[in-house]
Order: sequence, then C-alpha cells, then structure tokens
Amino acid sequence: MTLVFLALLLWATAWFVNVKLADSAQAQRRSIRLLVPTIFGLTIILVWELTVRGLGVPLVILPPPSLVVQTASENLPILWKDFVQTFLKGALRGYVIGCASAILVAILVERYSFLQRGLLPVASFMAALPIIGTAPILVMWFGFDWHSKAAVVVVMVFFPMLINAVAGLRESSLIQQDLMRTYAANAWQTFFKLKLPVAMPFIFNGLKISTTLALIGAIVAEFFGSPIVGMGFRISTSVGQLALDMVWAEIVVAALAGSLFYGVMALLEKGVTFWHPSQRG
Amino acid sequence: MRKALIPVLTVVAALVVIWYVAAVALNSAWAYNKAGRANIELTFSDLVKDTLSQEKPRLPAPHQVGIEIWKTTVEKKITSKRSLVYHGWITLSSTLLGFAIGTSMGILLAVGIVHNRAMDMSVMPWAIASQTIPILAIAPMIIVVLNSIGIQGLLPKAIISAYLSFFPVVVGMVKGLRSPDRMELDLLKTYNATRSETFWKLRLPSSMPYLFASLKIGIAASLVGAIVGELPTGAVQGLGARLLAGSYYGQTIQIWSALLSAAVLAALLVAIINLLQQVTLKRMGMA
Repeated sequence: MTLVFLALLLWATAWFVNVKLADSAQAQRRSIRLLVPTIFGLTIILVWELTVRGLGVPLVILPPPSLVVQTASENLPILWKDFVQTFLKGALRGYVIGCASAILVAILVERYSFLQRGLLPVASFMAALPIIGTAPILVMWFGFDWHSKAAVVVVMVFFPMLINAVAGLRESSLIQQDLMRTYAANAWQTFFKLKLPVAMPFIFNGLKISTTLALIGAIVAEFFGSPIVGMGFRISTSVGQLALDMVWAEIVVAALAGSLFYGVMALLEKGVTFWHPSQRG
Repeated sequence: MRKALIPVLTVVAALVVIWYVAAVALNSAWAYNKAGRANIELTFSDLVKDTLSQEKPRLPAPHQVGIEIWKTTVEKKITSKRSLVYHGWITLSSTLLGFAIGTSMGILLAVGIVHNRAMDMSVMPWAIASQTIPILAIAPMIIVVLNSIGIQGLLPKAIISAYLSFFPVVVGMVKGLRSPDRMELDLLKTYNATRSETFWKLRLPSSMPYLFASLKIGIAASLVGAIVGELPTGAVQGLGARLLAGSYYGQTIQIWSALLSAAVLAALLVAIINLLQQVTLKRMGMA
C-alpha cells in the first residue's frame, strides 16, 4: 500500500512541477518544452511500476516496466531476429515498392485528366477501407514468409501515398507553369524543375503516414500465418502463453521502430524541402 | 460531380475486367491440374468456365462473391451464424461503441489540453508521437488480458476501436478549438465573455469542420480496430472472425465476401458522417 501511496505522491509532485514549468516565464524555451513531456512520460512509467508492485497485479494482466526491460535485454537476439524479419524484410521492402509504384502511378494520373477524375475518387474511397482485411488473401497467395507481408504493406501504403502524390503534383500554379513555358521548358524539364519539387511536401506527408501503416500491415499480416519468427508471430504466440512481458518487449521494439522510421522520414523531409515555409524559422 | 461519373465508372469497369482476367489466370493452374488427371484436353472456353466457377479458387470471380454475399445476407435468417448481416452487426456494434467512447474521451482530452497549459505541454507531444506507433499490435493482448479478468464480448473489441479513434480526434479537436484567431478571441474579451462562454460560443462552433474531418478518420480506424480485435478470440463471430475462419479453411469466397462487406460498411459509416457534416455545417452557416 505504501508503494501505491508513493505513486500518488509522485504523480502529484510531478504534476505540480509541470504546472510550475508550464506557467513560468521561460515556458517557451526549447529545453522546457522538451523537459515537460519527459517528466510526464517518466512519471507515467514510475507510477505504473509502483502501482503494479504495490497492488500486486498478476503478471498475466500487466507486467511492471522493469520486468519488460529485463525480458527485453535477456531476449535481445530473438527481438533482433523478429525485427529483421518483420521490419527489414517485410515492412521496409513493401514500403519501398508500394510508395515507389504509387508515385509512378501518380505521375501518370497527373498527365491524363481523365484518369485524374476517374482514379482519384476510387483511390480516396479505397484509402478509407479496412485494407488490412486483404491480409489473409495475400498470405494465401504469397506464402507465409516475408513476401506476403510485403504484399500487404504494398496494398496498404499505395492509396494514401497515391492521393498525396497526386495532390502534390497538382500543386504548381498556372502562373508558375506559364513561366516554365516562357523559358521554353519541355514537359520533362517542367516536371523535374517545377512540379516534382513543389510536390515534395505532399509526397513526404504521404511517406510519413505510410511509415506507420507499413509496420501495422507487416505485424497484423503475421497474425494470419508466418514462419516461426517475426514481431506479429511473437506477439500472438506470447499472448497465447500469457508471457505478457515478452509481448510488451515486442511492443516497445515496434514503437521504437515506428518512431525511428518516422523520424528518418521527417529528417529527409527537412533536407529536401528546406525551402518550404513549414521548415523555416 | 456529374463530370466525374463517366471516368469513375470507366475505372471501376476496368478494375472488374482486370479482376476477371486475373481470376482466370490465377485459377488456371488448378483447372489444368484437374483436366490433366482426367485426361481431358481443355479448350479455352472450358478453361474460362472452370476458372470462374471453382469452389475454392485462388481468386474468386466477382459474380461468385456477389452470389455468396446475396446468399449470406438476403437468403439466410439474420440470427443464423452463417448470415453476414449477423457478423456485420457484431462488428458494427463494437465499432460504434468504441467510436463513441474514443470520440468522447478524445474531445474531453482536447478541451483539457486547450484550457490547461501544463496538460498541453505534457500530453500533446506524446499524443503526436503515439501516432507513429503501430498501436494495432497490442490488440491481441488487450483481448486476452481483459478475457483473463472476466471481461468478454463487446467491450474488449470496443476498447481497441476506442483507442484507435481516440488520437485522431484529440489531434484534430485541439487544432479545431485553437482555430479562432486573435481577433475573434479579442472580440469576445470586449464582450466580457467568461472562459466557458468563449468555449461554447466561439471555440466549439469553430472546431466543427476539424471535428468532422477527424471523425471520418476515427470511424474508419474504429472499424479496422474492431475487425483486428476479432482475430485473437479464435474466430467466433464478427467480420474479422469470418476472415480468419476463411483463411483457416481456404474458403476464399467467404474471405472475399467478408472483406467486401467490411468495405461497404466502412463506406457507409464514412458516408453517414459526411452527411452529418454537410447538414451541421450548413445549419451553422459554414458550408
């Protein structure tokens, strides 16, 4: 019971500190802006640890974070193998294929206004559908290994990416296109020097949305059948064995992989679209 | 809208044609296999006929899926375990329950974030960061854990749905509640409006377009959550269970019909919210 009381006390103190920090004159400083969420996050983890230990919550319901970290560090080789199978083989390959083909189709769609009017409504309709449901079909077609996971990822990222890329390629204004014409630029020059650069913020938006979709697709597809390695496989079998510490360890890995993937894309965006107002200042 | 009709129909027709061709191509191996064992020469028309009417095809033809959907919706009693309406209703009810929970929690949190600086600075970065995390991965765990403490049925799936629709609503709603600009806020200050009056008369009304945009994302996410939430329960009921059972027993037609009804369900839900949006915004003079 003392531990639970300690948790409550900790929560109150941390909240008090955060309120003070947020209302202080330096609240807009970068360090404070980083410090406040960090305190919040650490508090949640500590309160979680203390309440689970204090109330004696059984392991099969919620393991304490310390146990998750311990399990993760003991099973690093397994986690790494799962990561390679699901992320590097399944998600990443599917992501590259899906995004690249969506951008190519977008270039085609942008060229022909008939396709634009016909394909875009269909694509935005498809983007709202539960595409993850194609996973059992694709697993049946491409087998249990990473090929089927990559296929699911391709289907999942294709439509959001296509919509964003087409929106981006249509972004250049008539005046800008006329300017290119006065320069006697041909279609390809207009494309590479005007349309593609202008489309970059939109394309990166699609790429960033797709990072999460790719991981979700690869993990959920493994629930429908996989070799005995992979994050989705490990999660579903560990849940079956009620080894929740292992499940949480995989979730931490998935969260880290997802955030890193997103972060890399955001960094790339910063480098490529340095001219865009949202990246300046 | 009318301008788009012909191109859209063309694209859809092209997709159906591609589907038929792909069905013939993908199912031909099995047809040749059968014919080879029976020592029959397969003419092209025989091949097409066979590939479009197999019982467990690799890719069922559109009309096969259509017939299956017709059989399992109209011709079966709604209470039957083979009725898609029954399974669809199971999925829909947990979707809606989860969506209601997730949306109301999301709006509440957004109101808190907008009115409390400490909450804004503490929670908002995590809410944004959590969008990059494959949340769906924890679905099986939620189901099993809740099952072990005795909560079964609708609620665990609804919690996954709620979780998935929660964050889009928070992010969209915070943006919406912050959308009134300085001038509008100053005007209300000159009226001597209290914080709650500012909220009800300015912030909430001007957040509506943002709210509806995130509701559309939220309801689609809720449906995905409910479907994935049905997977680890061992394929008992719901559209997700139909998908899983179909993939266990190689019943491709069943998978496709479940998939298509999930798609129709998603489209309907988004369309309903779209309609609500149009009516609301029109009444408020915003559209």
